[in-house]
Amino acid sequence: MIQAIVFLPLIGAILAGLISIFGAHARNPSGDTVEHHDDAHGADAHASAAHAADAHDDHAADSHGHDDHAVEPPAAGSRAAELITTIPLLAAAALSWFAFYDVGLMHHDVRIALFPWITSGDLQVSWSLRVDTLTAVMLVVVNTVSSLVHLYSIGYMDEDPNRPRFFAYLSLFTFAMLMLVTSDNLVQLFFGWEGVGLASYLLIGFWYQKPSANAAAIKAFVVNRVGDFGFALGIFAIFMLIGSTDFETIFAGAPGLTGKTIDFFGWHADALTLTCLLLFMGAMGKSAQFLLHTWLPDAMEGPTPVSALIHAATMVTAGVFMVARLSPLFELAPNAQAVVMFFGATTAFFAATIGLVQNDIKRIVAYSTCSQLGYMFVAMGAGAYSVGMFHLFTHAFFKALLFLGSGSVIYAMHHEQDIRNMGGLWRKIPFTFFVMCIGTLALTGFPFFAGYFSKDAIIESAFVSHNPLAFYGFLMTVIAAGLTSFYSWRLVFKTFFGEPHDQEHYEAAHESPLWMLFPIGVLAAGSIFAGFPFKELFAGNSVDEFFRESLKMNPHIIEDMETIPQWIKLLPTVLMAIGAYVSYVFYIRRPYMPVELARQHQMLYQFLLNKWYFDELYDFIFVRPAKWLGRFLWKFGDGYVIDGFGPDGVSARVLDVTRNVVKLQTGYLYHYAFAMLIGVAGLITYFMFGVGGQ
Amino acid sequence: MTIGLGHYLAVGAILFTTGILGIFLNRKNIIIILMSIELILLAVNVNLVAFSTFLGDIVGQVFALLVLTVAAAEAAIGLAVLVVYFRNRGSIAVEDVNLMKG
Repeated sequence: MIQAIVFLPLIGAILAGLISIFGAHARNPSGDTVEHHDDAHGADAHASAAHAADAHDDHAADSHGHDDHAVEPPAAGSRAAELITTIPLLAAAALSWFAFYDVGLMHHDVRIALFPWITSGDLQVSWSLRVDTLTAVMLVVVNTVSSLVHLYSIGYMDEDPNRPRFFAYLSLFTFAMLMLVTSDNLVQLFFGWEGVGLASYLLIGFWYQKPSANAAAIKAFVVNRVGDFGFALGIFAIFMLIGSTDFETIFAGAPGLTGKTIDFFGWHADALTLTCLLLFMGAMGKSAQFLLHTWLPDAMEGPTPVSALIHAATMVTAGVFMVARLSPLFELAPNAQAVVMFFGATTAFFAATIGLVQNDIKRIVAYSTCSQLGYMFVAMGAGAYSVGMFHLFTHAFFKALLFLGSGSVIYAMHHEQDIRNMGGLWRKIPFTFFVMCIGTLALTGFPFFAGYFSKDAIIESAFVSHNPLAFYGFLMTVIAAGLTSFYSWRLVFKTFFGEPHDQEHYEAAHESPLWMLFPIGVLAAGSIFAGFPFKELFAGNSVDEFFRESLKMNPHIIEDMETIPQWIKLLPTVLMAIGAYVSYVFYIRRPYMPVELARQHQMLYQFLLNKWYFDELYDFIFVRPAKWLGRFLWKFGDGYVIDGFGPDGVSARVLDVTRNVVKLQTGYLYHYAFAMLIGVAGLITYFMFGVGGQ
Repeated sequence: MTIGLGHYLAVGAILFTTGILGIFLNRKNIIIILMSIELILLAVNVNLVAFSTFLGDIVGQVFALLVLTVAAAEAAIGLAVLVVYFRNRGSIAVEDVNLMKG
């Protein structure tokens, strides 16, 4: 059963990939010009078939001026590719819920050794599937969201000419993610980790005609490499300390590592702390935490279903999952936990502040994702791993819902993404409005919606944790709760209420097809019901029984959470209400107020609008020096030194010599005769006085 | 005064030097260069014959005949080349014959 869950998406991906390859080949049998053909016609297809494309793409294609060309027909077998990936995923999703029941509630953990992978001296790595409760939770999240996103994409991408490729990528991503969550050792985890990174790169750059999409894809890839550098070092450190990458061996050996140090050029670092920090660096990259977050908002260049699946519900939570999986290590390294708490809390606050002023509907949700991931890391830092997983679980539903809802709005508005140009849409797309409200209620933590239970539990866990930065974490998450409520409602108010700002688009707005509405409806139900029924399992007294040895919780945190003062419990809800009220006043009652406020605090507004100037800062610190260094090495190092003294220099000297030697050849007969005679005279002289004279 | 070996050798040396100088000092005509080469060969012949008589070894004179033959053949080929060259280039002035100039 587990094999089926993991490998059904892979089979779907391979088949859809084959359809895509053969389809491309059939359209252009000459083969060598396939790429060119796609390039030339992809752009105009997007321009005229704008339904399938994204708003940015619209502009990009317009500027190419291909409008009057014929629409590129969809790739052959598009429908087959859609079904061949979606149906196995629906099956996998159904099986994962069963696995969740079987493993989580019936306590039937599964270990399946597939086959050995690497055998090299001490390093023994095998492909294996490990399903305990932690994995089962991830299986449910990944497969449910992924299958719904597949369904949604059938509607959303319906006029894109490259659907087989899209669905192959989506299924490939799902497979890599499943390999990640079912891994039994760090190396297979890393395999899945890089696999999702690759799929993310491919999907962000899916519309490769757009330069901005390519740039965003590369940025995501490069920023993730920074994190993965740390992650790889962390794995090496663990192998060095313990001599194995299997989780069982690591967890068994971890307590013996306390107090050990790693010597690094005379610097004696605490082994566990250093290892955990290195591993956390990987998590920061993948989960877009503060300092390594810059790729996530740019990743919104990809198609909206991709944003929902990869950049909201699943891939970005891989970092959280990894920390939870390695909880036995992190529990032993309190300093590392403090760092986790610090970065989580900072991200939660910082991303929320940026979300306040953004105007692109997808970017608001992206910053919200960033902020919510910060919440999860706060729980990780507090030692309440199950609570973090709870938020991961609920967040997957409501954030995927918000993204798919945004996609529905974008689809209805003909690829308009700027909320300033929307307004009054609730009359036109009531269903989307309704589910977006549910998603927002769940995100902001409105009582009895999913986010209410998980988010409040995180804030409580931060409050009771013994982490040195616990109060900072508590403060930041509480403030961020208010900010979250404000920007979420701002998005809803500006999109669905008020006067339409773009009459033409407003008139043409229409509800999305059933392919898209059904998954949104399911996610809306999930956003309501993912909270209360699971509260006891994730953040109540059944935690130990539910997660058993898959998580090593801070032993007292769940009990402590029961005994905190009532006002602490109410605080996030109160702030949520304040945020919502302020948002209501700003955007419904007195729409001139935010404009006035922005004018009065121009500096602060610009600071937030420009995302704390992180892109500019990184451009200044890293990108430009890197470019300068590259240019220096290119122009001076390679061009001047190596070429100058190497091939070019040698050939130039040869030319110099020959140029001078050539001058000796006057062409006059008597010069040659003279040279001959001189030679003869010289030889004779030599034989007479040199050799002959002896 | 009897005419000894030294005189013959002197004549040979004078002829040889004249031939050499003929090659270098002549800037006019390639035919003159050919003639100078003939002179050089003749100088060698004189030496050969002189030494042959002086040493009483007939081989020197045989060799001189061989050299004469070769010189005749060389002159024939050289003149033929020159004729063809003149036909192609319209000039056999030494100054003009510099196709090999680099």
